[in-house]
Amino acid sequence: MRKGCSKFFLEDERQFERWNDSAIKSLKAEFKLFKDVVVLSLMHPWERDARLLKKALKKGPPHYNVIVETACTRSSDQLLGARKAYHSLFDRSIEEDLASHVKGSERKLLVALVSAYRYEGPKVKEDAAKSEAKALLNAIKNNNGDHKKKAMEEDEVIWILTTRSKPHLKVVYEQYKKISAKTITEDLEVELLLKETVECLCTPQTYFTRVFGTALREDAKEDAKKALTRLVATQEDVDLKGIAAKFEDKIKERVKGAYKDVLLGVLADDRK
Amino acid sequence: WGTDEKAIIAVLGRRNAAQRRQIRHVYEEIYQEDLIKRLESELSGHFEKAVYRWILDPPDRDAVLANVELKKSGNKHHVIVEISCTKNPEELLAIRRAYHARYKRSLEEEVAYHTKGDTRRLLVALVSAFRYYGEEINTTLAKSEAKKLHEAIKDKKFGNEDVIRILSTRSIAQLQATFNCYREQEGTSITKNLPKDSSDEYIATLRMAVQCLKDPKKYFEKVLRRSIEGIGTDEDALTRVIVTRAEKDLKEIKELYHKRTNVPLDKAVDKETSGDYKDMLLTLLGNEV
Repeated sequence: MRKGCSKFFLEDERQFERWNDSAIKSLKAEFKLFKDVVVLSLMHPWERDARLLKKALKKGPPHYNVIVETACTRSSDQLLGARKAYHSLFDRSIEEDLASHVKGSERKLLVALVSAYRYEGPKVKEDAAKSEAKALLNAIKNNNGDHKKKAMEEDEVIWILTTRSKPHLKVVYEQYKKISAKTITEDLEVELLLKETVECLCTPQTYFTRVFGTALREDAKEDAKKALTRLVATQEDVDLKGIAAKFEDKIKERVKGAYKDVLLGVLADDRK
Repeated sequence: WGTDEKAIIAVLGRRNAAQRRQIRHVYEEIYQEDLIKRLESELSGHFEKAVYRWILDPPDRDAVLANVELKKSGNKHHVIVEISCTKNPEELLAIRRAYHARYKRSLEEEVAYHTKGDTRRLLVALVSAFRYYGEEINTTLAKSEAKKLHEAIKDKKFGNEDVIRILSTRSIAQLQATFNCYREQEGTSITKNLPKDSSDEYIATLRMAVQCLKDPKKYFEKVLRRSIEGIGTDEDALTRVIVTRAEKDLKEIKELYHKRTNVPLDKAVDKETSGDYKDMLLTLLGNEV
């Protein structure tokens, strides 16, 4: 086998094929991504999500976007399942762990997001959506100048984003566009976590596209690639297919081995 | 024509939830109509309210009670506090599901929409909780959180982050330990240090929540007692406690009442209420459902 993988080896002066260090590193990284996606895919979704949440909490603020992603892209019952699994695995509730370990301005938002058990039917209140879009606009505008309090700490913002149903929030998103020059996500450039919350709830395709794009760049970092792995393992193929198709060429160009097959597998029609 | 109220009381008043569901099901098969709707149209007053609440499945009943309370103007939140602080996590979940099904909204968004400020922050957190259900206690944590609660109360910062966080996320076992530590540290129970009969909506709600989390039976005994004593009777409260606790711990609440007042609850209800309503309540109080 070594003879066939000549690019991994260097001719050493003591006449044996020595590992090419940088090649080893990239080989290990490739296999790790593949291993991660396999492990994540095989675990029961509830346990998987509970572990993802716990890990993100442990790793700290730069990883809180995983909490947002998990809480906002799962269905109500899936999120509930994750909370049950968390009880079993860690003998605590996710909300008590988040509430006692998250210290910054994100605490209220994150605790409320994981505690949601949203209504999932189509019924929406148009009038309420209009006034809530206005309330969000006010909260965002007021806090753009005032750097002491962020929009994500505003009670109005929190209750709207963490208790309203997703269909309702999509209407709020549309109403917002009518009264503001920009979309909510454009107005939230400075508050990344809140921006991702809105994206995952109202325009998940935009969020997924960004994760794909960032992970498939030349200079993509480990976390970016992990984010893609996580998406592929946790989201329904049907939601990712369109996006993966746009990136098919990049996948074929930049990704190697078994991991590439996993990514391209998202495009295949015969996958469940 | 008319209605045989005695028969309704006799049949429904002595059945548990599963049996009542069966009765509704069979009634619908035979008469091609919803028994509940029929009862609503034939009965009236406090009797009708009591029968209607009794015949519903417990989670559905609590969803209805919550909705009625939220829609009322005024700022009493007994039902929301009771369902979020005296039920176990699975029961609260069942109520939230029942609320989705009946009102096409989540309970949390309804609560958020109808309240503001600190009250909203506390109540939404309480109804959203899915507490850990184990008996494990962390004593060090209980001590430090008892201290945090004491400091907030001492500084009259009743709505601070720690208060809401501790009360709405910790498991019941952990909270009980925390309340005990509070008592050891401060010499009095935490409820005694929260202003009684406050006109401030938030403080009144907070006090109720602490009472419910600490000792639900004692809380319900008090609600019952207050609904009967004095001039007039608060039928809504009386009905609510009897109907919602009949299949749980009404027996013990009755004993507490007797100990407290030296009067059996049945006797007090007999004196203060009348007619079919009285008969319904006495049946619920008397039976081993």
